[in-house]
Amino acid sequence: MPRFLTLGNSQPRWLFPFVLTVLFLLSVLPLGRLAVTGILSLVRGGGDGLLSDPGLWAALWNTLTTSFYGMLVSVLIGGSFALLLTLFDIRGKWILGFLFMLPMMIPPQVTALSWVGLTGPSSTLLKAIGMAPPLGSPQPLYSIGGIALLLGVQNAPLVYLALRAGLLALPRDGIEAARLSGASALQVLRDIILPLALPGFAAGAAMAFVSNVGNFGIPAILGIPASIYTLPTLIYAKFASFGPSTFADISLLSGLIALLSVAGLLIEERVLRGRDYRIIGLSGRTAVFQLKGWRAVSEILLWLVLLLILILPFAALVASSLAPAYGVPLNLKTATTHAYEEVLLRQSVTQTAFRNSIGLSLATAFGLLLVTVLMGYVVARSGRRLAALIGALADIPYALPGIVLAVACILLFAAPLPVFGVSIYGTIWILLFAYFSSFLAVSLRPIASAFRQLDPSLEEAARLAGAGFARRMRDILVPLIAPAAGAAVILVFLIACNELTVSALLWSAGTQTLGVAIYNLDDSGSFNLASALSVLVVGMVVVMMFLLELLANRLPKGVVPWRS
Amino acid sequence: MAQLILNHLSKDFGTGKPAVTGVSLKIREGGFLALLGPSGCGKTTVLRMIAGFEQPSDGEIFLGEWRLADVNAMVPPEKRNMAMVFQSYALWPHMSVADNVGYPLKVRGLSRDARDRKIREALEAVRLDAYADRRPADLSGGQRQRVALARCLVTDPDVVLLDEPLANLDRHLRQEMEETFREFHARSGATMIYVTHDQAEAMALATDVAVMAEGKLLQVAPPQEIYARPEGRIVGGLIGQGAILKLPWPVSGDRALEWPALQPSFVPKPGAHLADVLVRPQDVVFSDEGLDVVVEAAVFEGERHALRLRLADDQTLRAFSRRTVAVGDRIRVVIRSAWRL
Ligand SMILES: Nc1ncnc2c1ncn2[C@@H]1O[C@H](COP(=O)(O)OP(=O)(O)O)[C@@H](O)[C@H]1O
Ligand SMILES: [Mg+2]
Repeated sequence: MPRFLTLGNSQPRWLFPFVLTVLFLLSVLPLGRLAVTGILSLVRGGGDGLLSDPGLWAALWNTLTTSFYGMLVSVLIGGSFALLLTLFDIRGKWILGFLFMLPMMIPPQVTALSWVGLTGPSSTLLKAIGMAPPLGSPQPLYSIGGIALLLGVQNAPLVYLALRAGLLALPRDGIEAARLSGASALQVLRDIILPLALPGFAAGAAMAFVSNVGNFGIPAILGIPASIYTLPTLIYAKFASFGPSTFADISLLSGLIALLSVAGLLIEERVLRGRDYRIIGLSGRTAVFQLKGWRAVSEILLWLVLLLILILPFAALVASSLAPAYGVPLNLKTATTHAYEEVLLRQSVTQTAFRNSIGLSLATAFGLLLVTVLMGYVVARSGRRLAALIGALADIPYALPGIVLAVACILLFAAPLPVFGVSIYGTIWILLFAYFSSFLAVSLRPIASAFRQLDPSLEEAARLAGAGFARRMRDILVPLIAPAAGAAVILVFLIACNELTVSALLWSAGTQTLGVAIYNLDDSGSFNLASALSVLVVGMVVVMMFLLELLANRLPKGVVPWRS
Repeated sequence: MAQLILNHLSKDFGTGKPAVTGVSLKIREGGFLALLGPSGCGKTTVLRMIAGFEQPSDGEIFLGEWRLADVNAMVPPEKRNMAMVFQSYALWPHMSVADNVGYPLKVRGLSRDARDRKIREALEAVRLDAYADRRPADLSGGQRQRVALARCLVTDPDVVLLDEPLANLDRHLRQEMEETFREFHARSGATMIYVTHDQAEAMALATDVAVMAEGKLLQVAPPQEIYARPEGRIVGGLIGQGAILKLPWPVSGDRALEWPALQPSFVPKPGAHLADVLVRPQDVVFSDEGLDVVVEAAVFEGERHALRLRLADDQTLRAFSRRTVAVGDRIRVVIRSAWRL
């Protein structure tokens, strides 16, 4: 009989230090480095040059206006979709909701490209149907309004999701009680549902604003050709024209973005905190109101909006990708798959981009899985405070705009690594590090919530059966959280594959990603190649989303981002 | 194997009030101890300390000579050779019934053949051999419970812990499962600790009953003993549905008194010392020379009527009656015997 004593919780001694080390490396270190550089350059007066630069103030103003108007567009579209699809007897809800969510998962630069292909004098689609404006007339989207509109479309799903979550959680018996006490459907909507759903609405708006502030793809494609800069594109431009004050400038600029984002996130947190009343009463399937005569009209309107914001732009994208040469009219005879052959088979730049993006995304998705399974376990087994701290540290790099993290990584890795003496700057490894840091939260959330939902006695029974930590992880815990782990892998892969903002700053020759390749092709005028690549990316997104839909029933609530 | 010893065991979760204080207990090898107490009194916490899921904040646990836990260190559950039936059964949903039962053997590295034989034996013992390939989700509550028991059976554990295993079952299944537990105890020869808040269950199953309240151990004794001689008001209230009266009691007298000796206690004596006295309903019988009481409530239970009676000084008694009495009736009863707590 063994007489030794060991500590009781039987988690390996390295587990907790390991989790803390990972969090330190991926979250505290890069952001801390950014903060230190930013503060130091402020103290040394490095900000003076920047602050007296009118370009900065213009960019700040552009960021605020595009983000604000974009938010209004998101609120308008997302709010109407959420109200109509959640509360009323619309037919085809699933497909409407699924299609409406697509813009959120499609990379912003692809959204921008498809709209550019839809409007303006050189639109293949408009020319094919003979409606293109005369050559030489301006592209209407290369403007503040155009940027705001597209930001609004891109992030409308955020408002939709937040409001829908609020509506679905409404106490159903409260609504029924109001109906019984004689209130008409309209009064119930006005007096009960909308006031209760307001926090979700406000939170969605705040999220959309934060997302707009950090968006890079849309203002890069629509703004840079017209010399309209926002803060993220200004960072990109400063970085491209590298000079002695670049590090100081970009650290201050990304600090500014971080501040704007944190302000938005705080507002979101504030409004959501008031939602505790939701627990009162049975919530469940929200009462569905009859639209009666208005139903057909509403359905037509919803489909029209989808046609405008999704189907037409995508059709334009496909048209551009099939166009024989830039500007030649497209019809069934002139259509060619040349562009696809080019990007898939001939151009080494795009082939490298495919390899890089898929390799990086797979490595990130599976590498993070190893980390987040352990981290999720620790989160589920520790006290509330510690779990909140781990969650927050993992969330911050993801919540902050990608451009901020990219700058942080540049500052962190500009010098060679201290012990090894080699520099990963300009290699694929800096991208991998940035992806790990950026998408840690994406991977952790589903896994941690799956661990939290597990009955702890399932693990305790395994302990009494004699299984040590590794054994019960392998035999009991991991199989039980497998669906969530699958979702985490698909989500990280999906987001990483479409990523542009981080890689736009961190790539160099040979390490370009798909997002960078699309942007560069467009920048160099190969619009049809950029479109073909975009169509392929959209196809990939749709396939991944379908995969997640298939898994959805076996996942904890809230894992699939477009389901609530 | 050896006896399980809890020595001054305490647990404080830092919530201001300790969950368990100073529990000392010896459970003889092969004994069947029922840990009885109201909900929230710390039974589960004691059980989890024995299993090794919680570390005591004071005291020690021994299995014979083997020190399982003290304040500084403890043997982890995976090394204790104990087994537990959880209130939620804790079956692994992704494994078949046979795999659930065989998992402890797999961890111990038994060969496939030896494992299959033991799994079959264990499933036969709980009469589930026909269900070996099912998933736990396809079983009823009682069947899941029996799978959990079979999982305990396979490894010949030194100690088997059961945390309110019948709380989620309906009344009919409970009786059947009690029988299964008794068989299980006889067959395995393991020391068993059975947590429950139901005194009838505890009495029916255990060789010893330990009563807890508010984190403290109040009394340990065999069922007949604890039924006949409960110590103190709380134990008296938990065991045997009696009424507790406050009566003047002869200071030096016996703790058990019968009617003639008891009768003077019902004459009001201002200033006399009052003792807690347990009167069980079956000891209250109708008799014309007895106390004058009013029927306060009468509930027909099928085989008899359960009555609540009010004494002249407003204390209440419980009694059974075979004939119908109406609420508000005045009747006369004698108390055949009573026990000073
Ligand atoms: N992990 C824990 N943390 C804090 N308090 C606990 C914990 N487990 C139990 N308690 C508290 O200890 C007391 C006893 O609980 P428990 O042992 O579960 O009682 P029982 O099983 O008798 O119903 C309760 O007040 C409970 O709230
Ligand atoms: Mg309990």
